[in-house]
Amino acid sequence: MITAQNINLCYDKKTVVWDFDFEVRPGEIVSLIGPNGSGKSTVLKAISRLLKCTCGTVHLDGYDIYKLPTREVAKKLSILSQVHATPPDFTVRELVNYGRVPHQQWYETLNQEDREIVAWAIAQTRLEQFADRTVNSLSGGERQRAWIALALAQRPQVLLLDEPTTFLDICHQIELLDLVKRLNASLGLTVVMVLHDINHAAAYSHRLVVIKDGRKVAEGAPVDVLTPKLLSEVYNVQAEIAYHPKTGKLYFHALGLACAKKELPCNQATA
Amino acid sequence: MTTRSEAQPTAAPRSLRVVKKALVLVLALGLLLTAAVVSLRFGSLSFSTAEIWQALFGGEETLAKIIVLDVRLPRMLVALMVGANLALSGALLQAVMRNPLADPGLTGVSTGAALAGVSIMLVFPQWGALVPFAAFIGGAIACGLVFLLAWKRGLDPIRIILAGVAVNAVFGGGTSLLSILYSDRIQGILMWLNGSIAGRSWHHVRLLAPYTAVALVAAMLCIKPANLLQLGDDAARNLGLNVNVARTVLSFIAAFLAGISVSTVGLIGFIGLIIPHVCRLLIGSDYKFMLPLSALLGSLLLITADAAARTVFRPVELPVGIIMAVVGGPFFLYLLRKGGTYRV
Repeated sequence: MITAQNINLCYDKKTVVWDFDFEVRPGEIVSLIGPNGSGKSTVLKAISRLLKCTCGTVHLDGYDIYKLPTREVAKKLSILSQVHATPPDFTVRELVNYGRVPHQQWYETLNQEDREIVAWAIAQTRLEQFADRTVNSLSGGERQRAWIALALAQRPQVLLLDEPTTFLDICHQIELLDLVKRLNASLGLTVVMVLHDINHAAAYSHRLVVIKDGRKVAEGAPVDVLTPKLLSEVYNVQAEIAYHPKTGKLYFHALGLACAKKELPCNQATA
Repeated sequence: MTTRSEAQPTAAPRSLRVVKKALVLVLALGLLLTAAVVSLRFGSLSFSTAEIWQALFGGEETLAKIIVLDVRLPRMLVALMVGANLALSGALLQAVMRNPLADPGLTGVSTGAALAGVSIMLVFPQWGALVPFAAFIGGAIACGLVFLLAWKRGLDPIRIILAGVAVNAVFGGGTSLLSILYSDRIQGILMWLNGSIAGRSWHHVRLLAPYTAVALVAAMLCIKPANLLQLGDDAARNLGLNVNVARTVLSFIAAFLAGISVSTVGLIGFIGLIIPHVCRLLIGSDYKFMLPLSALLGSLLLITADAAARTVFRPVELPVGIIMAVVGGPFFLYLLRKGGTYRV
């Protein structure tokens, strides 16, 4: 689906990701985890063509993503950034309509099929009752779902989500992750997301990729990757890993900082 | 989980909203036509609507016919085109910059045109006929400079704004310097610097019309990219828009619209800043409706303000820019306080 080989990424000559290899297989949910500033979101931007690599290649279905026409990429892949700007008077439906833009010529407007797909996307995200309400009058979780509906209206094969649960309360976080899981299971939608919450990442992903200081540290199924040793090395946190007695799901509990030098900022302690 | 949202009133059904928006457009068109006729009636001499009709379509050589056809009609047409151009320019730039304070002056067009125009008028008054041409070139150079300075692997709105402020300062300084060096001749350029449509004739209409037609069509083709830019750079890119190309093309069209206007009538500020906001408040921020309404209301405002400029302090004519700033500012504040679906 997506293959990134040996990519290096930089902002203004400062390299933030080094020699990164990454592969996404069709139909899986992959989560990128790592400390703040480790380069998770940067990698996500690179594999979505929003940011160009200084070296290395990213392929989407075998084609170089930087050489494909950007509109063609938009039919296969959709990325949702952390922050959204919605014009204040746009209703949910008006916003979701824009998801059809990559499928239209510049002079075309919505046709019947587009309208049906928009209605389908709104139904998938369970926003029917809010369809004609302005996006800004919705709560944070509903707003996030409206943007996911826009992404769905693109009819992508891959959905990239940059910290989709940030700014949401726990109920909306779970509601959103359940939605992602449902879309993955029912549509076969491939999902790559950046998550901060390790327990969520473990519970909702088939595979985890752990990044620290712009390099890949570990990769694999949550049970294999998440070990007290890794959490101590990557996050400088002393943690206990357990399986929940009822659900059997893996979860971790932070006991405290791993390093004694507590007065040092988190990133410097292990550097 | 949905309690907060359910407390909000449901927006009107989709079809009703579209009908309402279409109605606003029709109403604006009606007002514009009315203002056009009224502006032909009033001036240092007033005529009845019947006399205007007679002058426009009748065969007799009346006084009304001479004044209306040779003086007021071209003047009204210039106001019509300039008003629409400046409003469209501002609307496009606000999409490009994603900044509510963006206006055509920001691109350097106005100050560049002013420096070139003023240079001709003050230093080489014998070449006065070249003013529109020189002003357009001056505006183009200043605007090019702004975008050259702002370019760094793409166009960043903040950098355009900062470069615009810097270039405006330099060119504005040049204009001030010239005004002081040639202070004996300053009287003649004051009207131009404050924007005036007085004395604009068929010559100016012919000069302006072809460029306006081209630019209007180009602006209307920008509706989709302008809408996408409103969603933010990442979202626009995600939807397959080449953001840098779109920004450059939209800025170029906006600068062209402002350039052709400023070079014919001098500096008229305010329209480009305020009309797009008024339109958002009235019809929402979808450029499909907002852009045509901007053109209509821009024309309406300038025609009305010009009619006021030549009648209120009769026989003295005021620069139309002054009228608009004095009347438009408070009106804008009123709209802002009153709010609507759109809040800045």
